[in-house]
This record gives sequence, structure tokens and C-alpha cells, in this order.
Amino acid sequence: TGETPENAPHDCPGPQSEEAGKQSTCEGCPNQGACASGANKGPDPDLEAILERLSGVKKKILVLSGKGGVGKSTFSAQFSFALAESDARQIGLMDIDICGPSIPKLLGLEGQQVHHSNLGWSPVYVKDNLGVMSIGFMMAADEAVIWRGPKKNGMIKRFLRDVDWDELDFLIIDTPPGTSDEHLSITQYLNEAGVDGAILITTPQEVALADVRKEINFCKKVGIPILGVVENMSGFVCPSCKGESQIFKPTTGGGEKMAKDMDVPFLGKIPLDPRLARACDEGKFFMTEFPDSPATKAYQQIIEKILTAVDAK
Amino acid sequence: RMQTKDIKHIILVLSGKGGVGKSTVSAQIGYALVKRGKKVGLLDVDLCGPSLPQLLGLSGKDVKRSTQGWVPVYADASQRMCCMSIGFLLPSPDSAIVWRGPKKNAMIKQFLEEVVWGELDYLIIDTPPGTSDEHISLIEYLQDSNPDGAVIVTTPQGVSLADVRKEISFCQKVNMPILGLIENMSGYACPHCAECTNIFSSDGGKLLAEELDLKFLGKIPIDPVLTEQSDLGSNFIEKFPDSPSLNSVMNLVDSLIGSDRMNIGA
Repeated sequence: TGETPENAPHDCPGPQSEEAGKQSTCEGCPNQGACASGANKGPDPDLEAILERLSGVKKKILVLSGKGGVGKSTFSAQFSFALAESDARQIGLMDIDICGPSIPKLLGLEGQQVHHSNLGWSPVYVKDNLGVMSIGFMMAADEAVIWRGPKKNGMIKRFLRDVDWDELDFLIIDTPPGTSDEHLSITQYLNEAGVDGAILITTPQEVALADVRKEINFCKKVGIPILGVVENMSGFVCPSCKGESQIFKPTTGGGEKMAKDMDVPFLGKIPLDPRLARACDEGKFFMTEFPDSPATKAYQQIIEKILTAVDAK
Repeated sequence: RMQTKDIKHIILVLSGKGGVGKSTVSAQIGYALVKRGKKVGLLDVDLCGPSLPQLLGLSGKDVKRSTQGWVPVYADASQRMCCMSIGFLLPSPDSAIVWRGPKKNAMIKQFLEEVVWGELDYLIIDTPPGTSDEHISLIEYLQDSNPDGAVIVTTPQGVSLADVRKEISFCQKVNMPILGLIENMSGYACPHCAECTNIFSSDGGKLLAEELDLKFLGKIPIDPVLTEQSDLGSNFIEKFPDSPSLNSVMNLVDSLIGSDRMNIGA
């Protein structure tokens, strides 16, 4: 099927790789002959299976950054909570960060496990209309997932092929930082099914923007439509004196200028609110806990823009 | 084959979690070690998001070749600090390195085999977040180079600690000694009223270190001046000698210098 077999060495380049069966690590692997002859390559039948599985999903949105720690998972979680406020919508949230899966904690689902049915893997439900999938549900809390690319790709494929998402209005896909295996794979596996758009998260500083520009170029290269850029951690209001200050100064113009330079929409700025970090750690929906926070208002405005943009496509 | 024989101490900077300040802390450790009279190399194995050139004010520099290999980029005329990063090899700063694992591993191997590090007191290796190809390969390639161990960086909040626990588990699995834990972004003093707000919670790193019996190297506060200087690629330590963040950094480096191989008995 093109997946890395269970009996492959941990250095396996993957049966679909150019090096399949030819690397020194392939010596002794039972699949070496098949890989080297190209028998395990060819059109991936799983892409059809994924297309079928996701046929009931109306919109698929990737949350990307390039930079770590800017708030992708926080945004994905709060966005999913917000979308699921309307009972009329069915929402799925998929966490493809295999090494650092934050989504279970952010949704208050730590310790939950994935159940299998004859329809496939069942997402873990926060509430009736919000289902979640993450490798976090499949491992012990402190267990490190020490996998090379091909094994990570295999898991991501299973999330797409084997999870019984059923009918969804939105599937939000939270990603790890970078432009590597996970990003290439999700793009590849969703080639048939299609991605409706990507939201790029940044913070105001240049070290973040530098990585996000690369991610934008990655999206353009692989043909993922960009819904826009969100500038997170943008300013701080002191809970004591209400004075405003900039913690992560936009030394080169911040997310707004970068979006303009890269010719992509700018969706808005979200300020820092210490209560948001706490809500995340507690797995709570920040916007209903603190409806008057400037961060809540920012989220509301940004979400409106995203819904407009994605409907328009 | 690794060009690491004349390097006295090799220290990895790890996290598990992205955006906690690994690269910032790596750069500050570099500057602080130089201040303590050491000769330092900084190796950036984050191939997707290489931040070190920017943080060290070396953006746009080229890597030169000599007969023995690649010459690392020197940060100063006295050649007390040098750096290697894929950032120096990109055709343009906005180019994305869209490589799968095997190509990334090959690059990291080249950095260790082909860079002429020369005689160094310390090689600080900045890593990307996670526990994947780069980390597995780095540990494998360093097997014969006898690294001192890893410094783990975290922020205080739960979501970071969750990933850091995994990284600690990874270190234990691959027998990488942990030199200590740093709690970064620990508290913010409002410039208007000086009230300290724990934006990303507080004490999480310290408590984790206690729980897992790891050395706690200290807290570094959120410091917009440090962040700004990092963006500008300035030597914060030289420019702001009175900053409370500077004290935190110098203390942690002094603690590290005291924790060399002989003391930790790895």
C-alpha cells in the first residue's frame, strides 16, 4: 500500500522513496526485494481510500506556521471550539503533530483513548459535534514518539484513511512547525481530496516571520490556497494598570507588513492574555470563559474573516 | 570522521516544544561563554527554521571552503565565536527547505564531518522541536564524539511541559545525560507599573526539574529588550550588562561550566 511496513528497520526510507530497497539500511529487510523492484511503488491506492473517507467533509483547513510556539495548536483548538458553538455544524480536529501532540490537552481530553469500530477509528468527542484525533490518545503521557519520517507519514495516512469522521462541515488540521515530512505528506495525501485553505500563524518578531515566509512559499509551491496570516501574541495589556506594551516587537513590520509583502491576506492580530495560556492548560474554551477579553474579540473578528474567505472559495 | 576531536565540550540544546527559546538561549549561552573567555562554536541543526544566523547578526554571510572542509562563519574579528547553519547555504532567506528525513540527516552528517570547527572549548548544538529524524541522527552521529549532554529549555506552562517530558524520556532512552533544565519566558514585568504577570504561567519548569530529579539551571524572564536585540542580531549581553535577564543567563552558564563531564559523572 506504500506504507512503511511494521517489520521495516527504523531507518527505512519508505517504500515510495527513490531509495526504496537500495539503501544500506535495507540490507536484511524482508521487503527489500519488493521495494528495489519497484513493486511497492506506483499509484498509491490509499489516496482513493482517503478520498472516499473524506467525501463527507465539506471544508478542510490547515493551520500552519513554519515557526514553533506561535500558537498554531492554541488557535486550532479555540477555532474548533468556536465553530462547534453552533449545533448545526459538525467539526473535526486532526492533530498531525506526532512528536508534540498538544491538541488533547488543549481540548481537555487528556487520558482519553481511541476506540475502534467496524467503521474505523472513532474520533474522541469533546461534545456531540466536535470530534478530535491525535496520536496523544494512543500513547502514555510521557512516552516519546521517536519515529523517523516514514513512520510518521504512515500514521498521518491512517488518520486520513481510517478515522470515521463521517459528515463534517469543517476538518481543521493542526500541524507541527517546519516544512518537512508531515507537511509534504498531508499535502500529498490530500492531493485528491483537496485542501480548502491554510491559515498561517505568526508572532510579530522577525525570527518568526522568517520561518513563516518560508511556509508561505511552501504553500505556493504545492498549491495550497492561503486564507491569510494571523499575528498572535501581538501586544499585552497589563491586568493591573491596563497599560499596553509590546513584548515581541515587530522590528520588521510584523505580520501585517509580511502578509502585504507576500501578497496574502492579513486576518488580524491577537493580543496576549495570561488567562488564555491558563485556559489552554486547563483544556477550556477561552472565548466563553472570558467573553470580554480583547483576545476573544480578536478571535471573533478573525474567525468571521476566515469563514467568509473559505465560503468564497 | 567527525571533525569534533578538538572540541572539549559538546552540549545539545533541546526542548520537544517549539518556540520556547532554544535558539535564543543557544545564542545567549554562546555570547555568555565568550564573555567567560571560552572559544565557542554554534551548530544549528534546525534545517526548516534556521534562526541562529539572524540571532547572531550573521544573516547573508557565506560559508567559505578550505582544503579541509567548510569554514564556519565567524561572529567576531577575534574568532571567539563561530556558527554553522543551513541558513548560510540558502539561495534566498525565504527559500523553504522542503526535505524529508533522509536528506535532512545527510546535511546534519555533513555539518559534523565537513565543517572545520578547529579547537573549541564548547560546541553548542541548537535543535528543532520534536523527537524525530534530526534528533535520532544527531545522537547517532555524535556517538564517538562524547557529548557532555543536553540542556532542556521549557516555558512554564502545561502544554510545553508535556512535550518536554517526552524529550526527557527521549534523552533517557538514548543515554544522553541531561545537564539541566531552563525555565524560559518566566514572568513579565509590566514596563508601566512593574507588576509581574506570569503570562505563560510560572514555576512549571522548576517543579518538573524537582519531580524528575534534574538540575534546575534557572529562570529567564520575558524580556522585550532581549527579544528585540535577538531580532536585530545584537549581542545583548554586551549591550545591556545591567539587565536582570543577563544575570539569569550568566548564572545558568556558570552553572553549566561547573557541570562538565568530570562533575556530572556521566
